[in-house]
Amino acid sequence: MSNTDLATREPQVFGAVESKSPGRLAWERFRRDRVAVIASFVVLFFVCIALLAPLVCKALGINPLTLDRKALNDYGLPNGPFGAISRKHLLGVEPGTGRDILARLIYGARVSLLVGFVSTLLTTVIGVVLGIVAGYRRGKIDAIISRFTDLTLAFPSLLLIIALTRPFTQRLESFGVPEGNPARLTYIVLVLSLFGWVYVARIVRGQTLALREREFVEAARASGAGHWHMVFKELLPNIWAPIIVIVSLSLPGYVAVESTLSFLGVGLLPPDASWGVMLGDSVKYYRADPAYLFVPGVALIVLVLAFNVMGDGLRDALDPKSDRQQLG
Amino acid sequence: MSSEILLEGKSLVKYFPHGSKGIFGKSDGFVQAVDGVNLVLRKGQTLGIVGESGCGKSTLARVLTRLIEPTSGNIILDGRDITKVSGKELQSLRRDIQMIFQDPFSSLNPRHSVGEIIASPMRIQNIVPKGNEKLRVQELMELVGLNPEHYNRYPHEFSGGQRQRIGIARALALNPKVIVADEPVSALDVSIQAQILNLLEQLQHDLGLSYVFIAHDLSVVRHIADEVAVMYLGKVVEIARPEVLYSAPAHPYTKALLSAVPSATPRASHMHSRIVLQGDVPSPINPPVGCRFAARCWKAQDICVAQEPALGSQSFTSQPEEGLVACHFPENSN
Repeated sequence: MSNTDLATREPQVFGAVESKSPGRLAWERFRRDRVAVIASFVVLFFVCIALLAPLVCKALGINPLTLDRKALNDYGLPNGPFGAISRKHLLGVEPGTGRDILARLIYGARVSLLVGFVSTLLTTVIGVVLGIVAGYRRGKIDAIISRFTDLTLAFPSLLLIIALTRPFTQRLESFGVPEGNPARLTYIVLVLSLFGWVYVARIVRGQTLALREREFVEAARASGAGHWHMVFKELLPNIWAPIIVIVSLSLPGYVAVESTLSFLGVGLLPPDASWGVMLGDSVKYYRADPAYLFVPGVALIVLVLAFNVMGDGLRDALDPKSDRQQLG
Repeated sequence: MSSEILLEGKSLVKYFPHGSKGIFGKSDGFVQAVDGVNLVLRKGQTLGIVGESGCGKSTLARVLTRLIEPTSGNIILDGRDITKVSGKELQSLRRDIQMIFQDPFSSLNPRHSVGEIIASPMRIQNIVPKGNEKLRVQELMELVGLNPEHYNRYPHEFSGGQRQRIGIARALALNPKVIVADEPVSALDVSIQAQILNLLEQLQHDLGLSYVFIAHDLSVVRHIADEVAVMYLGKVVEIARPEVLYSAPAHPYTKALLSAVPSATPRASHMHSRIVLQGDVPSPINPPVGCRFAARCWKAQDICVAQEPALGSQSFTSQPEEGLVACHFPENSN
């Protein structure tokens, strides 16, 4: 190859500056966001506690199902101030049964996070696949998926979830899902995913539609790229950012919905613990034992808030428009 | 001048359906983006295509590169009709025609490093063994005047001119015969434009490339083209060698375009006054029946509205020196 003459050569402006990928830049921006980092540690803390629930409870010497009548007075209420907080029961005991609230909170986190994570995973996978297909293929396929999305959005989902609980859990049980709470949780996850994917699909479709008009997609096509290359090499890497943001913002939503459903009596059944079950139960005692209402409520608020703050931080970090370094 | 014909477009037509299109909807009319365009590109030469925004230049570029299917007409590359080629054949055809894009900010995938961007055509076509890939990419970077050490950098770390060089390197990666450049410098600063134009000329000289060079700026094309086609509303209205076209434009539209080019010597601009066209370009959905320029032409007469002028009197392939014009009353006729 011949040498390009000096006139056609771009002056070299870079010294020994380290090269950073867009992902790396986003990570550095995220690390600079103190609040978001703290929030993600809170999330991580809850996740660890939930994963290690049996170990944590063993270490603390508590059990979510053990009844402790000694902690209750003659009226069945906690025998002491603030729900009978003691060395044995760090967050007090449940009125009526004397079960340890901390242990129930820890095990409850398991249920809430499990429902949250699995629902988010399912909705994201379904939503991303349908959204990309609709946006990339356009035409009839897009029209069909989009109308289906509108239809799903038009359903009064909460009402349906509550109304269909019994027939559908029985159906699941007949398919071999263990009776009781496993079947009920499976039902909640499935039904939340059934209605939740549309939000992901809409955003991903919009992003894909915008991206496919960019010239780099045409450039790949001009080189003879097939559909797989387009989707996995050109499109997906550019929509990871919005997908991550949707995930981090929709997860707390599902945690809250699980609690709502359990509170309404659709979710978990006692004696198993979930934050919603605890909240639903505690309402009965809110005058005599406000601490019982307080504990799961605060836990729920803290977790949802931490997720949201982390999601906001991720969005700021991943959205190139929020980066002043790249301008100019 | 009479070197071998490499790429030929024969009465190329592209209509886009216009209007609502759902599951049930039927489109109501067509945008006639390109309407019967004949083009010839000779080996080692540059065919310039100019015209204002919306005249169908970019559509034409994409039809020629088989990114858009033409409604009718034929594309002939090296004597072979490639209009209907598909599947594996189309895949390997892509090696021969590559494209340089207009916007250096949207033509590079922001998530890929420069090395990946330049290597991707070779990976897609499966033509370079893994070990040699980096070597080949760095060679290409060197060739377009980029520092090969910037192999691992990302597009956001480069300026517009450098990004366009990356785009050029990508287009060169497959050793194409033809490069279709769709306004490759219009998004760049004027000082950078010259650098990129010089680079393209240098590459043409060194590698024997043939270009279809699209621009909306006549002065840009003047430097690089061996032949210039002027487009108006989906049709070629004049085609000639730049010496002829710039000194004695035959079509009134070409004359108006030329008069709008700012002059570097203000005194000279007094000598020929600027022609300001009245009105807007007609809608390509329902273009005029006769000459498409008639409504804005100061020389228009009844025949212009009634009858569409053909491009020249002979096929322009036979006598390319003369230039061809689609006008009932060309400028330099007596």
